[in-house]
Amino acid sequence: MPWLRRRRPSGERSLRRQFVTPEGVDLNLELAGAGERATAFLIDALIMLVILIAVTIAVVYLDAGAGKAADSILSITWLLGFFVLRNGWFILFELSGRGATPGKRLLGLRVVARDGARLTGGAVVVRNAMRELELFLPLSFLAVDASESRLDALIYILAFSWVALFLFFPLFNRDRLRIGDLLAGTWVVHTVRGKLADDLVGATRQRRVFSEAALDLYGVYELQTLEDVLRRGSDEAIVTVAASIRHKASLPDDGDDWGFLSDYYAALCARLERSTMLGYRRENKHAASR
Amino acid sequence: MTAPLPAAPLVNATRFRAAHQATWERLEAIVGRIEKRSVRVLGEDDLLALPVLYRTTLSSLSVVRETSLDRALQTYLEQLCTRAYFQIYGAPGTAWRQLAHFFADGWPRAVASLWRETVAAAALGILGAVLGYFLVKHDPSWFYSIIPAELAEGRDPSASAQALKEVLYGSKDSDPLTAFAAYLFTHNAQVALFAFALGFAFAVPTALLLVYNGLTLGALVEIYVAKGLGPMLGGWLIIHGSTELFAITLAGAAGFRIGLAVGFPGRASRLESAVTAGRTGGTAMAGVVLMLVVAGLLEGIGRQTIQLDWERYALGGSVFVGWLVYYYLPRKRHALA
Repeated sequence: MPWLRRRRPSGERSLRRQFVTPEGVDLNLELAGAGERATAFLIDALIMLVILIAVTIAVVYLDAGAGKAADSILSITWLLGFFVLRNGWFILFELSGRGATPGKRLLGLRVVARDGARLTGGAVVVRNAMRELELFLPLSFLAVDASESRLDALIYILAFSWVALFLFFPLFNRDRLRIGDLLAGTWVVHTVRGKLADDLVGATRQRRVFSEAALDLYGVYELQTLEDVLRRGSDEAIVTVAASIRHKASLPDDGDDWGFLSDYYAALCARLERSTMLGYRRENKHAASR
Repeated sequence: MTAPLPAAPLVNATRFRAAHQATWERLEAIVGRIEKRSVRVLGEDDLLALPVLYRTTLSSLSVVRETSLDRALQTYLEQLCTRAYFQIYGAPGTAWRQLAHFFADGWPRAVASLWRETVAAAALGILGAVLGYFLVKHDPSWFYSIIPAELAEGRDPSASAQALKEVLYGSKDSDPLTAFAAYLFTHNAQVALFAFALGFAFAVPTALLLVYNGLTLGALVEIYVAKGLGPMLGGWLIIHGSTELFAITLAGAAGFRIGLAVGFPGRASRLESAVTAGRTGGTAMAGVVLMLVVAGLLEGIGRQTIQLDWERYALGGSVFVGWLVYYYLPRKRHALA
């Protein structure tokens, strides 16, 4: 069936993207998923709503005791404040050095220009002006409908398909772009602050020695999976993996699974690294060993 | 089976870590401080070291990718380089410098580059106004279908000349009117943002919005002209309208730019062309919102305090000329912006 064969391999669907710096190094960025984007937006919306309600209560409270002149100043402040909150929240936060609203920061996300250049004011304005169209326009449609219920079914359906089209737009493209991102030339990426993990091979101590045949079993992919297992340190996984390697290499069980695995990792790593330096990188266990 | 204690590290990654870890950690500390506060907290030494550290770490990443199988090390370096990259290349300049650049160059340049679209948008608005004028002149009942009752505020064909005139010369101490100006500003700004954002749909909704805007204007003008109050309305309108209508026209023009870029991308890819148009349009839109602030001030304060027709014309006209000079007067090109 040709349409089955045309499907992309799963690797291409991941959210890792090539991103080459001016120095010519690929930073291999990870894009934010649709769920995280939505969560970040909901957090922002929630904060904005809380601020709005707090300010409104404060204005109403002050209003009760104020004269006519103060009354109009308060209502002007409220109107302008609402405008700044609605339009300025996203724009000002994303223009700051962090490139992220509080919601995005909380989730470790950041807005970045797709071409790797500086994030310009124009781009930030565009990506947030488009939000008017993606979100607030249909919302106001629905609000009108709820308050007056005089829209006929056709307009109702149109408004809903409008919302659906824009809301789910990020799910229909590979880079999870909103319409705003699309036009502004931006995307939203993860910024992770990781610590450097310890060197698994660094400790100088007596190590087990393995035969060529035992080390020939695996390639780089398996080595790095083993690295994950060791770093995660789950006992169950270590016992299982150690048993399976011993079985394949027909080695006796010496009772020290952790020691066995870390020695095997060190030996395999040294061997694969040596062959990599000599020009042959054995990607996985299916590739021929040399 | 055990081997004798090895004299040298087993793998190169260990040696590589030992040689460069201090560099990476210093970069990490500096970038962490910038992320927490701002680039201003850095001392002179750190500031000078930052690009060097960044490039060293970047080359470490390249080396590690080619020679080492330690995935934790590679991930760490990738994350560190990405964070440093955004601080060095990705972050916009200081707020003040951005603002200065926006006023001195970005805003007028963006608007000036939209001049063709601006002419088209203005033509549509004028077309709408003429249409509205003659529709209402022909049959006054059109007025009610063009202008919603809550915006008309009693200004309709049945109103007396006296009532219409009173709206034009409102009393000076009417506080609600200043609040009304603030409301008008937020309303207009939102409409302008819509006009811009809707340009995305091949500019059609933007064009409709501009024509409709013109229709309401034309209809309003007609009921005043019919009562012989035309010149007075002109003064009432021009004092803020010269700024406000110009701003809405520019918003429409920015929308057109995007619609055209999506529809007719030319040699660039559709997406690239949309991005270029979007950025120009976005800068122009930030300016449009500022223009609407000015219009709101002129409307809320200027119109209440200035009651003479010729003064209104003079102020409105000179503000308009000011905008034209600011946008379209040829300016020196900066070598590299």
